[in-house]
Amino acid sequence: MTIQQDKIEQNRRGRTLSGTTVNKQPGQKPRSRRIGLGEIFPAILGLIWLVFACYPIVYMLFTSLRPQADIYKDIAWSFPSHPTLDNYTTVLSNDFGTYFANTVFVTVLSVLIILAVSLLAAYAISQVRNRFTQSVFNLFLLGLAIPLQATIIPIYAIVSDLHLYDTLFALILPSIAFGIPLSILVLVTYIRDIPNELHESMMLDGAKHFRILCTLVLPLARPAIITVIIYETIQVWNSFLFPLVLTQSQEVQVLPLSLMNFQGQFTTNVPAIMAAVFLSATPIILLYIFGRRQLLGGLVAGFSK
Amino acid sequence: MSASIKTPKSLQRSNRIVLLWTVPALFFYIAFAIIPLFVAVYLSFTQWNGLSPAVWVGLKNWIALFSDAVTGQSLLLTIEEMCICWIVQTPLSILIGVFMAGSQRYRSVLSVLYFLPLLFSAVAIAITWQSLLDPNFGLIDSLLKSIGLSAVAQDWLGNPSLAFYVVLVIISWEFIPFHALLYLGGARQIPKELYEAATIDGGGRIQNFFAITLPQLKYTIITSTTLILTGALTYFDLFWVTTRGGPGYATNVLPLQMYITAFKNEQVGYGSMIAVVLAAFGIVLSFILLRFTGFSKMSSQLEGL
Repeated sequence: MTIQQDKIEQNRRGRTLSGTTVNKQPGQKPRSRRIGLGEIFPAILGLIWLVFACYPIVYMLFTSLRPQADIYKDIAWSFPSHPTLDNYTTVLSNDFGTYFANTVFVTVLSVLIILAVSLLAAYAISQVRNRFTQSVFNLFLLGLAIPLQATIIPIYAIVSDLHLYDTLFALILPSIAFGIPLSILVLVTYIRDIPNELHESMMLDGAKHFRILCTLVLPLARPAIITVIIYETIQVWNSFLFPLVLTQSQEVQVLPLSLMNFQGQFTTNVPAIMAAVFLSATPIILLYIFGRRQLLGGLVAGFSK
Repeated sequence: MSASIKTPKSLQRSNRIVLLWTVPALFFYIAFAIIPLFVAVYLSFTQWNGLSPAVWVGLKNWIALFSDAVTGQSLLLTIEEMCICWIVQTPLSILIGVFMAGSQRYRSVLSVLYFLPLLFSAVAIAITWQSLLDPNFGLIDSLLKSIGLSAVAQDWLGNPSLAFYVVLVIISWEFIPFHALLYLGGARQIPKELYEAATIDGGGRIQNFFAITLPQLKYTIITSTTLILTGALTYFDLFWVTTRGGPGYATNVLPLQMYITAFKNEQVGYGSMIAVVLAAFGIVLSFILLRFTGFSKMSSQLEGL
């Protein structure tokens, strides 16, 4: 069985990553080092795009290291003449830690619940195939087309009725609801790939569904689970409309909203605002540095199909 | 063998139990996505200030829509936004995706940097670009002034005839890396033999691009188009942070008009009507586009498993 598992694993790895791996076929001879004549034109366009795509981020970093007094004096596109980390300390001493912790709390709890309930549902939908599970699956798929913006008014009303307005749970509940459809799609597509014989042989051995889920499905569906975790983490971490409508006080502010308020609060202290912008993305930047393939694979999740 | 004769009954029972596993996901999804959608439809027939009980007014909101110049203009602006987003983002994303799919080493190095905009939230991006575009210390105007074009330098987001297009540039900057990622995945899956055969037949680079690459990317183009159009329809964050719909109504797209009507002007019923227009528009659009591929292709794929 382990051989079979390995094989499935290999197949999958090949497929899910094919979109995002950097070409690194072993044994492939390095192409001629010199960039040929026909390559010059695309290379130039590639460099132009590089400047357009990256300079705003470089600018953000440079500005965040610039003393406030220098923003009118320094040349805007150059490295600061007196680099300093003061702006970062300013941001960190302005409750940034609280907002960061709030965002972590909302993201972790939402993603864990999305994953748990989606796994259970995806298992049921892929193991029992009848009209009921098919309609349940279709109902979830419909959710992919519902714009979150269109439901925000009733969500506000429901959250107020539940006396959850201006709490972190007001953000968690709808985030879960809107995370479920894509997670179920990704997980069902994947779990259905697991050969039926493996499942049946465990059933015949008298295994309960829960044991099958834990010992067979969880290990085999790991890549899909990682995809779901990454995709939903980014969605919840960056979400803006829910916090804007469903929270109010500073104690429950999450990062995207706090950035906007920092902007109002610091107005002229642009370097501090840029430092806050950079700090707000640190977890995702770290994820990119240490797991670029998984991150990019997670981003295209169910869409690349 | 004897076991397989015995199982059906116990299997059926345990299968019925496993259907309950869909309940937690259904609960969150129905309570915070499906019900809000229906409540929005109900509210669109009411007049409500958010505090006193909602009053049923029948079709009044819907009739008022036809004489409401501001909302009508928002609708047109949103349609214009969808068209421009598609026209700008699709060709560039295809070019960049195909560029990154090349096997040259320098291209994979560049792709690592191309994806950097994906790491930041819309709010972070909005704030960074606001500062880039600032007329006093921003990068763009400093650059223009230093090369002697101070006549062109201006308050980009404060100019009513430019602000909308400037925001669309920022949106493209934010989303092209994502769509390029989709095309990168699509381009990697095109069999190399196709190009080899064409090259033997004397096809040049550009010829190959139109004869092989573009037709092979057909499904990716449909997927990406669906995401661009539905995304542009609901896009809120960047507009809200950079312009709040202004100057005047210059960037007042439909989701902003909904938010302002419902939460700032406290016309919740009328705002809900706009939300329903948004949702209907979005759902119809996704289904029309998905008819080409999407669900039908996806489920037929699943059935084969």
